[in-house]
Amino acid sequence: MTNVALTVNGERREAEVEPRQLLVYFLRDQLGLKGTNVGCDTSSCGACTVLVDGESVKSCTVLAVQADGTDVTTIEGLATGDELHPVQQAFHEQHALQCGFCTPGFVMATVSLLQENPSPSEDEIRHALEGNLCRCTGYHNIVRAVEAAAKAGG
Amino acid sequence: MIPASFEYHRAASVDDAIDALGRDEDAKLLAGGHSLIPALKLRIARPSVLVDVGRLDELRYVRDDGDRIAIGALTRHAQLAIDPVLRRECAVVARTAALVGDPQVRHRGTIGGSVAHADPASDLPAVLLALDADLVARGPDGERTIAASSFFTGPFDTELAPREVLTEIRIPKVEHGVYLKHTRRAQDWATVGVAAAVVDGATRVALASMGPTPIRAHAVEDALARGAGAAEAAGHSGEGAEPPSDVTGSGQYRAHLAQVYVRRALEQL
Repeated sequence: MTNVALTVNGERREAEVEPRQLLVYFLRDQLGLKGTNVGCDTSSCGACTVLVDGESVKSCTVLAVQADGTDVTTIEGLATGDELHPVQQAFHEQHALQCGFCTPGFVMATVSLLQENPSPSEDEIRHALEGNLCRCTGYHNIVRAVEAAAKAGG
Repeated sequence: MIPASFEYHRAASVDDAIDALGRDEDAKLLAGGHSLIPALKLRIARPSVLVDVGRLDELRYVRDDGDRIAIGALTRHAQLAIDPVLRRECAVVARTAALVGDPQVRHRGTIGGSVAHADPASDLPAVLLALDADLVARGPDGERTIAASSFFTGPFDTELAPREVLTEIRIPKVEHGVYLKHTRRAQDWATVGVAAAVVDGATRVALASMGPTPIRAHAVEDALARGAGAAEAAGHSGEGAEPPSDVTGSGQYRAHLAQVYVRRALEQL
């Protein structure tokens, strides 16, 4: 077992983990943060996307020990009280989800994108979301939501 | 999918990593983990110890060394894609890094990890081969430089000794360089990748996913040197290649794609 100490959604967390523990299962099973979904489990679908030190990563492909000392943000860490994050609000208003399973990953990927590129073109948005799959095929509204979030300063 | 158990050692330095590799013959280096962790999860890889070099920030840099650019092995794809020195002096590497995987993968994956993993379908190894890059490795007996042309020895196999750590990639300054890849879907591996660059006045071409390692298309280069045009030279793309047949395409299809993409790459140079 190895000790890890990291910040998750602004809160300091310390735990003992097996070295083979994946970050997504650490978040879901040890910390109870079930908003991050496991989809394909092969680093393809992006449902498990979280931010590590502000950058989007697929948490099914990161070991918890690799996140030691980092600052992790999950979907639970975006809203401020009852006030949704601008990206969440935009996904809500633009109907950017159907079943919703992929949504936490898309939202986190979008937050990361807008930090790197605050006003992306439609083409840039589509390329930047290449690592996230929506099997309801709702991509058009997702792209609209990202555009709306960018305009809202998300 | 859960990896098999392993011990974990976070290296404090390159020398510490070399020592740790020496303590267990089944130890393996972990950089960004975006090739290794999927393999661990599938249990294709079952190392006894993971030696994590991912925190060695001293191996994350792009430096102008006069006539060459030196890239620290742990520089992530996302950093390569936006690095101003690289974009100015050897933009083909920055542009290729921006095509690897997807944004999440590029935030974690490193150039050294990609090169050492030596997947024959990888993008950057083909580009480094076309550029005739030098790969710097450090082991218990010190440092040595391996030419890209002799680095890749087989699928997922390299010239690196078990206790060597790839520390730096040195590339020439190149104005004209192109990397094109054909993929079936977004974020897929290259069905075929083509790297072309003008190095010291000569056009060099390397192919991804056209053999057990990235390969140089010497017959194309020779045709160009004789004065052939892009289309004629591209007709030689399959010579010396051993394109695999798999779910993404037959060997025959790959050979066809290589001709098309070599011609396009040469036209864009």
